[in-house]
Amino acid sequence: MIEVNGVSKMFGAFPAISDISFKVEPGEILGFLGPNGAGKSTTMKIITGFMPPTDGNVTIAGYDIVTDSLEARKHIGYLPETVPLYTDMTIKDYLEYMGRLRGMSRDYINQRISEVIDICNLGDYYSTIISKLSKGFRQRVGIAQAILHEPDVLVLDEPTIGIDPIQVVETRQLIKNLGGEHTLIVSTHILPEVSQICERVIIIHEGQIIAEDTPENLAQRLVGSERVDLDVKGPQQDVLVALQQVEGVREAVRLEGQPGSVPRYRVQSELGIEIRAELASTVINSGWGLLRLDGVIMSLEEIFLRLTTEDELIQQVDPTQEDASAE
Amino acid sequence: MNTFTVAWKEIKGYFSTPAAYIVGAMFLSLTGIFFVFDVTSPFAEASVRGIVNWASFFIVFLAPLLTMRLLAEEQKLGTLELLMTAPVRDWEVVLGKYIASLIMFSATIILTLYYVLLLYVFGQPDTGPVLSSYLGLMLHGAAALAVGLLGSSLSANQIVAAVVGIAVLLMLSFVDRVGSLVSGVAADVLNGLSLNAHVTDFTRGVIDTANVVYFLSITAVFLFLTIRSMETRRWR
Ligand SMILES: Nc1ncnc2c1ncn2[C@@H]1O[C@H](COP(=O)(O)OP(=O)(O)OP(=O)(O)O)[C@@H](O)[C@H]1O
Ligand SMILES: [Mg+2]
Repeated sequence: MIEVNGVSKMFGAFPAISDISFKVEPGEILGFLGPNGAGKSTTMKIITGFMPPTDGNVTIAGYDIVTDSLEARKHIGYLPETVPLYTDMTIKDYLEYMGRLRGMSRDYINQRISEVIDICNLGDYYSTIISKLSKGFRQRVGIAQAILHEPDVLVLDEPTIGIDPIQVVETRQLIKNLGGEHTLIVSTHILPEVSQICERVIIIHEGQIIAEDTPENLAQRLVGSERVDLDVKGPQQDVLVALQQVEGVREAVRLEGQPGSVPRYRVQSELGIEIRAELASTVINSGWGLLRLDGVIMSLEEIFLRLTTEDELIQQVDPTQEDASAE
Repeated sequence: MNTFTVAWKEIKGYFSTPAAYIVGAMFLSLTGIFFVFDVTSPFAEASVRGIVNWASFFIVFLAPLLTMRLLAEEQKLGTLELLMTAPVRDWEVVLGKYIASLIMFSATIILTLYYVLLLYVFGQPDTGPVLSSYLGLMLHGAAALAVGLLGSSLSANQIVAAVVGIAVLLMLSFVDRVGSLVSGVAADVLNGLSLNAHVTDFTRGVIDTANVVYFLSITAVFLFLTIRSMETRRWR
């Protein structure tokens, strides 16, 4: 449904994203995860046809977003990061206008407006001027606008920002329910959000895709671990066993190297335990030659550390008090 | 179709905010004051030339004030991102906004007919020049609105948009003054470009095709530039 092929975007000489490629199948929910400035919004602006890529191409439902822009845009619903709204219009007028621009008939618009008002819980504010709405309600109007015309493809840029905790849960459920009928790309920098709503996650950092997997697999790959690489001269089987017995080591493997070179081992340990000294003395005490030892920086983890791993908002909500705080 | 959707939204926008009323009222009172000066002066003639001349002058300010919001605000609110990702062509947006401003402008000009009515009540003005003058006024306004809209496309700030529009219009209005300082081809070119030089004939009751073509060309050129300006927004 969405195909992104080798897309790059330069702002002057600065590459905001470089050589991004991925596909989203119909009905799939893809999470787009990355720290601030990673290039999430830039990618979304390109996918929705707001700005053309410097390089590469994007097709939506088979239509190229640049050369067949109008056709492609008909299939998209988009919630930009800034949640742009005409602040001097009422919710009803705003949705009506967006519907007209999407070429919907009057009857269809009226029918859909009452549906999305319901879905997004906006009933009480139907004829409120948007400038008088709180941030969270504006966010919901933005979502209502994006799903109004029942688009095949939904692009949501940080859709849960600014919504109160209970609504965040509801909004995530809402987004999840939209999958199946719609194809979704949802950007976020909140880790738990991604595991709650997405079937597949792309992690983007400094404009490049650095990982792509299911949330479960990613989580597994990330359960706090640290890696150390060593080059050891000695009997391979013995070395492996000795390394595995060092305290704190979860796993030790021999890496494929060039034939004839000194064998290299990779040791995974639990997070936060310093095992390098212990590893070194184990090797040396056994009489083997330690030719190299270095801690590998796990880029993925580093990036994850910068993501919001705590779902602070959710944790504040005590389930027993939900009714009280909903008022 | 999309053009009218956009135009209709903007017309409603004009009537739902005080800004347009204030601008219109200022325009009407200023032209009214000068109208009174004109008709009460000694040897006053029963003609619309005075008021049309003043109206022409104030169009330089009226037009950019009417158009300044149209595209600048979309950029400021970020709604441009929605508009430009909806299945709507850039020219449909620009044309829709332009039509809305043209309708607002026409409404203002229609109100000045009140003065003309007074002329008919208290004197016998020549109907020919009255009609041609108003045609000239409309054409002049149409061109000025296109210039104002270009200004609005260039900035997210309405004030900046208006100032750019007014500056360009002032230059276009008075290049004939510069034209009178030089001679030869240069003078002809400068006179040919001047808005004012093309207004005068209309007030004398002369409808010259060349003048009509001039105003329509200015309108077309500036609308085209506005559309291009919107397109290049995407590349930034
Ligand atoms: N119009 C622009 N001109 C110049 N640089 C830009 C522009 N837009 C974005 N950038 C740069 O491109 C990079 C990626 O920005 P982008 O907005 O895509 O990040 P993001 O992943 O959405 O971050 P956030 O989580 O903060 O929303 C940033 O370094 C940003 O400074
Ligand atoms: Mg962003």
